[in-house]
Amino acid sequence: MNNEKMQTKNLSVHYGKFRALTDINLTVQTNKITAIIGPSGCGKSTLLRSFNRMNDLTPSARMDGEILLDGENINVSGVDVVDVRRRVGMVFQRPNPFPKSIHDNVTYGPRLYGIRNKRDLDEIVEKSLKQAALWDEVKDKLHQSGLSLSGGQQQRLCIARALAVEPEVILMDEPASALDPISTLKIEELMHDIVKDYTIIIVTHNMQQAARVSDYTAMMMIDEHRSGRMIEFNDTNVIFTNPKDKRTEDYVTGRFG
Amino acid sequence: MTVTRFQELIAKNQVAHSRRRRITNAVMLSVTGLLTLLALIPLFWIIGYVIYRGGPTLNWDFFTQLPRPLGVKGGGILHSIEGTIIITFLACLFAIPPGVLAAFYAARNPNTTLGIALRFSTDVLAGIPSIVMGLFVYDLMVVPMKHFSALAGGVALAILMLPTIIRTTEEMLKLVPHTLREGSLALGAPEWKTSLSVLFPAALNGIVTGFLLAIARAAGETAPLLFTALGNDTFNVGLIVKGGVQAHQNIFTILGRIVNQPVDSLPLTLWKYAQQPYPERISQSWGVALILMIFVLLTEVVTRLWIENRKRSMQG
Amino acid sequence: MLRKTFETEIKQVKDEVLLLGSMVEQAIIGSVESLKKRDLKASRQILANDIEINKKRFKIESQLMILIATQQPMAHDLRLLASTMEIISELERMGDYAKGIANINLRMGDQPLLKPLIDVPRMAQKGVDMLHRALTAFVNEDVDTARALPREDDEVDALYNQVYHELMLFVIQDPKSIERANWLLWVAHNLERVADRVTNICERTVFIATGEMVEIQNTDDEFWKEQNSTDA
Repeated sequence: MNNEKMQTKNLSVHYGKFRALTDINLTVQTNKITAIIGPSGCGKSTLLRSFNRMNDLTPSARMDGEILLDGENINVSGVDVVDVRRRVGMVFQRPNPFPKSIHDNVTYGPRLYGIRNKRDLDEIVEKSLKQAALWDEVKDKLHQSGLSLSGGQQQRLCIARALAVEPEVILMDEPASALDPISTLKIEELMHDIVKDYTIIIVTHNMQQAARVSDYTAMMMIDEHRSGRMIEFNDTNVIFTNPKDKRTEDYVTGRFG
Repeated sequence: MTVTRFQELIAKNQVAHSRRRRITNAVMLSVTGLLTLLALIPLFWIIGYVIYRGGPTLNWDFFTQLPRPLGVKGGGILHSIEGTIIITFLACLFAIPPGVLAAFYAARNPNTTLGIALRFSTDVLAGIPSIVMGLFVYDLMVVPMKHFSALAGGVALAILMLPTIIRTTEEMLKLVPHTLREGSLALGAPEWKTSLSVLFPAALNGIVTGFLLAIARAAGETAPLLFTALGNDTFNVGLIVKGGVQAHQNIFTILGRIVNQPVDSLPLTLWKYAQQPYPERISQSWGVALILMIFVLLTEVVTRLWIENRKRSMQG
Repeated sequence: MLRKTFETEIKQVKDEVLLLGSMVEQAIIGSVESLKKRDLKASRQILANDIEINKKRFKIESQLMILIATQQPMAHDLRLLASTMEIISELERMGDYAKGIANINLRMGDQPLLKPLIDVPRMAQKGVDMLHRALTAFVNEDVDTARALPREDDEVDALYNQVYHELMLFVIQDPKSIERANWLLWVAHNLERVADRVTNICERTVFIATGEMVEIQNTDDEFWKEQNSTDA
């Protein structure tokens, strides 16, 4: 099987007249964690949201270029976006559990796809919560509201919710930036545990996190037209010990924010 | 310890300033307190007076009996209570589904022609006097049907309720954080499912408040009912029960008979009785006023309790 | 400029390294001078000073640890701090060599030198000069100097060979002088090692600047490499 799970070819994204991303060529390896880093406003989130067509939600957005999932272009009009979003799941910056019980939060996705049997759903709930390292903390209160959990737990609930539909790729948009350090580490641990079954792409402004967690790192920066470009992509070890581009060096050493 | 320039500057008037500040504080506190009391006076006055005038009239008979002929003591306003319930129920039926759906549309598509038109017409509708509404429904329904009916009354009230429901529902939907919507869409849910399963429950507290406010308002309206429901003296539903359900009548016929007749309602009754020269009727109208007031109070309390309960179950 | 505090602290560490370097340079020159003049008191002073050298080394080490823990150094900064740890270790070993020479002077005690020292002080001078320039190149990240300096190790090696042969002759002529010859050979050996360690410092300097760890060859290594290949 091909090792390139997702790929962008000459991807450019416009919001109306403004070009947010220019000519991005990024390859994401299967069962690895790829981090996207760069200063604020360089288009990291825009790039991430291209992978599951979430940019479509912004009316003025236009994506040009190819976005490949297992070699097939998902940036064409005939594509079943609902299916893409099942295969490419997303976890957001601020935890956003639905105002429903913990159990119903996790079963929301599977029910969308027609799974109704109570026993099947319960199995899925247990499996997903275990993968998200939350099961032990909530197994006795599955019918309490998802909003009654702490911030770190809520985020793990959102991760369980995303895992419940068994995606192939998980996109994480600064998943730990709103959390305390312990919750952050728990989420990093869980990423390590699940990566053998998933491909993960994470956007983070926390460089140490990118260094700890990822196998590959893509460095982005805005050019003179305030459009985001990818300026370096390499093994994480190389990016953080001996980057080739001076701008990457300046960014990772904190000489440029 | 050296003194900074700033500390020097403020040191000069320290004592006088402090005293002046305290005095100003006390004065402002008393003035605002006084004005608040002033504003509360009409409220308590009304409540007190209505209780005083209407209290004596309230007894079991009042609630369960039909009116006695003029001049005769006793009797009740069962017909009005029944009428209010019927009309309000019909109004809710007619107003809530379209109102909520329209609000969903407007919240999702604020910039389309339809969305803009909807918002504009809602604002206009909210400002139209209720008596105009009544006249409109008179021409629309009462004339062709050749009789007054609870149905017409329900329609009139529904039109009255519509702007409130649409506006409140739309505002509440807009208050739901967009991250909730994104979370649902990212799982692969289509827009309609997201609205139904995620946005609607999230906004429910506010939406229900909107319903209850609209209902409370509608239940107290008199003018539109003047031309539509007219008022009656009979207990419609009771008639059915008394007359027995005939063999070939199905539920629709029965319902039709209930709604297709003129009915009375509490505000209407108040209006009628207050104008009549019999002391019996006048004291009864005060009783009705008290009932209406209690109804509004009850609605407030129930709404608050329901919201608190829901909030508590959300926080877990 | 961002990370001004960090930059300032790095500069402070580099200044400390230069200070340590000059302590070591003085120790080496001093130890050879006192051997030449048979000044036992001076040699004892060198031994006492070595304690200061060690203390300074550990002080710099702890500064480096603190910087690594608190500043999350990456890329160039990381290479700099890690290499500085290495370099101060090399400097401390060089201090030990000076201490060794002082010890020999004390051991010899009243016995006269086998011969007046000429080449040995030249080795010391050369070594210290190389060290000084290597440390300057380190502080300034002068890659060119760092790459070129190791070649000068050849001079020191040549002097060592000369001393070696001379001492051999002595021993052959007068076997009783073997003890003193041994001691002098040890002194020369220490000075030769000083120059070798300077090469290590240069390699680290190149690593800091370029990220590549390259063993800089010099003629001595090339000679032995050839020898080994012909044997095989």
